[in-house]
Amino acid sequence: MTALELDSVMRMFAPDIVALDDVSFAIDQGEFLGIIGPSGSGKSTLLNIMGMLDSPNRGTVIVDGRETRGLSDRELTGIRATSLGFIFQGFHLDDGLTAAENVCTGLLYAGVPRKARSAIAAEALARVGLIDRMHHRPQQLSGGQRQRVAIARAIAKRPALLLADEPTGALDSKNGEQIIELLKSLNDEGVTIAIITHDSALAARLPRTLTLSDGKLVSDVRVPTPALERL
Amino acid sequence: MSRGERAARREAREAHEARERNRLPARAARAYEAIIDTLNTGTLWLRVRAMRATLSIVGVAIGIATVVLVASLPASSQAALEERLTALGADVLRIDPVQTSTELQKLPTDSLPRLARVGPVRSVFVAANLHVDVQRNDRQRAADNALVAMAVAGDFSTVLRSQLLQGSWVEGVRPSVVLGSEAARRLGIPRLPSSATSIEIEGIPFTVVGILEPTELAVDMQSAVFMSWEAAHEWLEFDGQPTVAYVTAFEDSIREVRPVLAATIAPDKPGGVQVSQPSGVLAAKETSRTTFDGLFLALALVALTVGGIGIANTMFASILERRRDIGLRRALGARRLDISSQFLVEASALCAAGGVLGSLAGAGLSAVWAIGHDWPVVIPPVVVLGAIAASLATGVIAGLAPSVRAARLDPASALSLE
Repeated sequence: MTALELDSVMRMFAPDIVALDDVSFAIDQGEFLGIIGPSGSGKSTLLNIMGMLDSPNRGTVIVDGRETRGLSDRELTGIRATSLGFIFQGFHLDDGLTAAENVCTGLLYAGVPRKARSAIAAEALARVGLIDRMHHRPQQLSGGQRQRVAIARAIAKRPALLLADEPTGALDSKNGEQIIELLKSLNDEGVTIAIITHDSALAARLPRTLTLSDGKLVSDVRVPTPALERL
Repeated sequence: MSRGERAARREAREAHEARERNRLPARAARAYEAIIDTLNTGTLWLRVRAMRATLSIVGVAIGIATVVLVASLPASSQAALEERLTALGADVLRIDPVQTSTELQKLPTDSLPRLARVGPVRSVFVAANLHVDVQRNDRQRAADNALVAMAVAGDFSTVLRSQLLQGSWVEGVRPSVVLGSEAARRLGIPRLPSSATSIEIEGIPFTVVGILEPTELAVDMQSAVFMSWEAAHEWLEFDGQPTVAYVTAFEDSIREVRPVLAATIAPDKPGGVQVSQPSGVLAAKETSRTTFDGLFLALALVALTVGGIGIANTMFASILERRRDIGLRRALGARRLDISSQFLVEASALCAAGGVLGSLAGAGLSAVWAIGHDWPVVIPPVVVLGAIAASLATGVIAGLAPSVRAARLDPASALSLE
């Protein structure tokens, strides 16, 4: 079953600035893929369109079986709230909230009843190995732990697709590796994950890699036995 | 329709009704959760950034405190003014015979009962200048000869707001006097001595039984010595005709009662007496009230506007600072309405807190100021409640534009800010 599908997507910001040009691909449920490309190749624009934070000028986007064209802001945010999870390079945690409260923020807009949120947040934090840090604030956690909290926030609502924008970009290699291992184990449990990265070494270890260049999808490579399988 | 079908229909209807009954509480519960979530999210920034929130609240509070202060102080000063004016006798009227060369230089002997019969008149006293010689004793004259002896009848102390400093009031035919404060000073009897003391009036010793406190209303009375109407008859061959009368009336009926008094006391010749208002301040009082109201209302509006602009400014700055948070919430599934409600609740909470704090501070400062100036503390509840309501309304108005702006923020560009 398809988690996300892009068909002939084009995004331009001015007549002469085309960020994405005729991009088509589909992500099946349970896939783990990387999207790579140099700076300015259109990776961020693609992430925004995949996450419905931006709309294409042409083409269609289907998330979790629903075409997004013509949907109202309310409907789009509804899909975003329930079907998509985001992980950012800079974690984007609220320093004033504890780890558990940050995870609860991810459930706030997904229609999860108040009473259920704490238990779900605790479960998600346990899943990323931070159950003993649930009452810590971000500044009391290491970079790797902060990214784990962000991952817990993203997976707590069990989204159809997890979109990660340079999830290891702000981490050292050891912490970065742990995050990749965590994402791999989540994928093993059935979570669909798309990582946007400029790290081609990381992308090469993933089962599938899409390569962008000048806004065009130039390759879509599937590896039968990716390096990650051998972790 | 068979019995079985009827039973099945009834069951279906009952099940439907039960579902409808359950739907309403479920909706109410969801609405309640949504309200709590909105309030929670809207006040989150205020709670986790306590210092910043406190500073913003203080900014609002200063504006509101100014509003309460400028609206309360006039009330206190107005009350003080009114108290003073009332102390000076804004409700007192004085009746004198018109001094002509021919006749009626005195009032009728039955002036007291006549005046007392006028409806709005609350109290009356009449006095007669006896035109007699007042001395300390036969060897020691008063400091000057300006002391007058007066016979009095009626409610002297109520009308003139004059209290006895010492002793008791004169009564009966006994030759006794009460000294006005200035008369006491001039006679060299500032306090009542422990043993009985007397002064001489027309050579007759009168026992001093009391000394009055100074009265602001009738300064001429301060240099008088007072005896009872009966004593004046008995000892000084007094003819019983007052030379002056004072009445107090309800303040709001002063204007109406004034022309009635002349006709009452001299029905045959109303022009023969003149009625005056010793304080002469009623008009000034009304003028001052109007002036205060207009001026301070304008000041309060200026302060409130300044407060509102400050709040809007704080909210705009806050949105610029929190673009990333707004982008994140949009990515997490917040609708535009969620974002605008968050900022609107935040602005309103900020202002409500500032309003309450400012009102308390304003009321406190107003009280301190009033006490410092020896004014009565008057903090009209309508001012305090109005200031809080105005603050809340200002928060909503000032937060409206920033909250719409926050909701319209493009989530993709907001998130790309690092």
